[in-house]
This record gives sequence, structure tokens and C-alpha cells, in this order.
Amino acid sequence: MMDWGPIILTFRLAIITTLLLFVISIPLAYWLAYSRSRIKPVIETLVSMPLVLPPTVLGFYLLIAFSPSGGLGQWLNEWLGLQLVFSFEGLVFASLIYSLPFMVHPIQSGLTNLPGSLMEASYVLGKSKMNTLFKVLLPNIKPSLLTGIVLAFAHTIGEFGVVLMIGGSIPDETRVASIAIYDEVEALNYSSANAYSLVLFVVTFIILLLVYLINGGYLKRYWR
Amino acid sequence: MIHIDIHKQLTSSIGSMSLDLDLHIKKGDFVTIYGKSGAGKTSTFRILAGLMSPDEGKIIVDDKAWVDTTADINLSPQKRSIGLVFQDYALFPNMTVRENLEFALMRDADITIIDDLLELVELEGLQDRRPATLSGGQQQRVALARALVQKPQILLLDEPLSALDIEMRQKLQEYILKVHKEFHLTTIMISHDISEIVRMTDQVIQLEEGKVIKKGNPAEIFANIQVGGKFQFTGQVVNIVQQDFLFILTILIGKDLVKVVVDESEGSSLVIGDKVVVASKAYNPIVKKIGEAL
Repeated sequence: MMDWGPIILTFRLAIITTLLLFVISIPLAYWLAYSRSRIKPVIETLVSMPLVLPPTVLGFYLLIAFSPSGGLGQWLNEWLGLQLVFSFEGLVFASLIYSLPFMVHPIQSGLTNLPGSLMEASYVLGKSKMNTLFKVLLPNIKPSLLTGIVLAFAHTIGEFGVVLMIGGSIPDETRVASIAIYDEVEALNYSSANAYSLVLFVVTFIILLLVYLINGGYLKRYWR
Repeated sequence: MIHIDIHKQLTSSIGSMSLDLDLHIKKGDFVTIYGKSGAGKTSTFRILAGLMSPDEGKIIVDDKAWVDTTADINLSPQKRSIGLVFQDYALFPNMTVRENLEFALMRDADITIIDDLLELVELEGLQDRRPATLSGGQQQRVALARALVQKPQILLLDEPLSALDIEMRQKLQEYILKVHKEFHLTTIMISHDISEIVRMTDQVIQLEEGKVIKKGNPAEIFANIQVGGKFQFTGQVVNIVQQDFLFILTILIGKDLVKVVVDESEGSSLVIGDKVVVASKAYNPIVKKIGEAL
């Protein structure tokens, strides 16, 4: 009988991460799309770093930063009761950083590709920036929002290196599916590893397929 | 009364240019800004609408300062009573025709204006359609109606008819003139089309490299020769045929084709596509009513 713990944990992590990222990324992508600030290139670089950096590097620095013997880790522990190393909360935090570009980039490019006159028309009609964002801009970049949500979700499911560094393999706390697969293979339990792998394979395939179907307009005829 | 006195340094792909304007526009006038592309027409509009800030100067509308750099006043676009029809119409794709108009409606404003406007531009039948499913002329009318929902003092039209065919243009010119009168608007339009300008506007402001080079009524601006008798039309040469010493020109005036015979010296200086003034002196035209006023 397969232990579903790692699978459930993986999806719990992915869902929480995606929800938080969605909330964080909209203002960030909005700022990146419209700001002319001089520090924008620096922020853009930082957002994109997880794309190129080996996950182990990220995990290593997070491990150092949040280690309870370090200054920041100690402070978090004492004041907020948060322990970010070898805990689920730590995984969420690491995933937020790790999957950030996958959410920010689609939203940012969606906003940049909208004709500037839409925003301006809304302003001339007396609508505030906030009202314009929620009534005009976001509804017109739904495909980008969907792409961001799904990529961030799928990317968090596929996370391995960061989790290994900062989370370890504590059952029902940090032992996500990708780690479980690695453990099972090391223990030569190929059938178990195969079960986890197959679940991940099928689920991610279905999710990505849905995105392409929706964004490509293939499903439109069924819901109109 | 609108008083615009502004300076702005503009940088574009062809280099830097300084936009210097000092204009007085009477309330209720229909004014056209005319000039080559890059002359500063659209920038003038953006500054008026508050989408761009001038480096220095003032914009005073009915004794209220919209911009006054000496007093650090620069109203945001939201606070200016302006209706702007964008060149690309800028209709919100996620909303139906009606929703586009409703979005423009201010809180506690009377909603009946939406129906009135839809009726005025004859779009009641299309009110639940999305902009993407409409023709260019229909989208244009939606944009016009949407710009009027808040009953602005000033209506700005950025080359409103440039993307439409000639039949549609004439129809929309009528719509625009109708709303201009009905809403007691001060209308400022950007246009390249001389026949359109002559037909619609009271005053033309010609810009070149950010400066006003000519100002006056359309006939003064576009006719180099002052003609007595004031019987004249602007049109475009669509065909030239030479017969012996004479040239027969076919000229498109509005949507009518007119044949005019001219002598060799005049005819040989014209090519197809030229804009011309057709005028006549010592001539008694017959005027006959063919329809009631709008």
C-alpha cells in the first residue's frame, strides 16, 4: 500500500505557495511593468535569479540564514516563534522565492503587452489606479494570470534541490514527493518510486495540457 | 474659454524638439490641430488630458487652473473634465458595449444617459456585443459615446476617422457634429484630411515642429488665394485627361465626383492625388433644399 503522505504534502505546499505568490506577484509585476525607477533592473535581476541559479545554492543560503544558531533564525524563533529550517513553513518560504519568476514573468509580460491606451482611457474616465488594475488590466490578461498560476504550481511540485537543503526528509513535514522518490530509489524500492513518479507525471501532464487547451481557445466552444 | 500656454521638451526617434504653444480656444468651438506627424499634435492632446506633464506653463479652463507650474498645480487625468477618443479607440475588450459605457459612469450619475447615448449613436442593437466583434465604424461610435458619458467640457478626438472608409467617415462626421452641438462641447480634433477639416471645424491650428505656424478658419488656411464670392469646395484630383489645349479634371468633393475643365497652364501643374480648391466667381448658384436639418 502506497503512503500518500508525500503526495498530499506536495500539493499542499504547491497550493499554499501558488496562492501566496499570486497575491505577492500582482503588485510586483505591476511595478515592474510600469515603473521607470532606476533600481528596476536590479529588482528584475533578483526576481529572475532562481531561473538560473542551482537550487542548491538558494537552499544553502536559506539554510545558513535561517539556522537557529544564526542571527536571523534566532530572531525569527524568539519573536515570531517561526522555525524556517527543517519545517513546512520554511519550505513555503523557500518555494515562494524559488517559484517567484514563474508567476511574475507571465503577469508582467501580459501587462506590458496590453495597449497603453487602455490604462490611459480608464484614467481619463476618472478611474483610480486600483480600479483600473482590477476592472480593466487584470481581466484583460486572464491567459497570463492562468499561465502564471499553473507554472508556479507545477514548478513548486517539481522542486527538489531547495527542499533537500532546507527541508530534509521529515515525514508529513518536509518529505515531499520528489524527495520521497529519491529516498525510495536509494532504498531500491523501485515500485514505490515508480508509483510516486507516475502520479507526478500524470498530474503535471494534465495541468499543463489544460492550460494549453484553455489559452489556445480549444475549450471556448464548450462553455459559451 | 481654454487658455493653453505651455512648454515641453520632447524627445523622439528623430531627435529632440521643443513644443511651445500659446492658444486661446473659445467655448463651444470646433477646432482642428493640423500638421505633419511628429509636429507635436498628439503630445498636445496628452498634455491637455493630463497623461503628460508640461515642463512649464499653464492650462486654464473656464478660470480653473488645470496646470500651473508656477503654483505647482497639475491635475491628474481623473480630475479633468475631458472626453478623449483614442486613435485606436481603446475600448475595454473584457466589457460589452454597454459595460464600456457604464464603466465610464460616475457614482450617483443618472444612468439614463447610457440609453440616450446608445440611441444617439444608433448602437442599441449592439449593446451586448464585445468590441472585438464590431466593425471599425461601430467601435468608433462606442468610443465616442463612452467619451461623452461623463458630459465633459472638452472633447478630444485623435484622428478619429483615419482608419475608416470614405462612406463611413461622412456618417461619423455627422455623428460628431451632432454630439458637438447637442452636448455644447468644445471639441478639439487632430486630422490630416482637409475636406474633413473644412467641413467640420471653425478654426484650424497648424503645427510644425512644435510651433503654431498658422491659425485661422479653414478656408484661410488651406486656400492660398483669397477668392471673392465665397463659393468654394475642397477636393482631391482623381483623374486628369488632356484634350487639345484643355485638361479635364475629375475631382472628388465629399463623395461626389465633379468634372472641371481647366487650361493648360493650370492643368499641367496638377497630378492625381493633389488637394485642390474648386471655386467660382461671378456665378449664381442654385440652392435647393433637399432635406430637413438634423
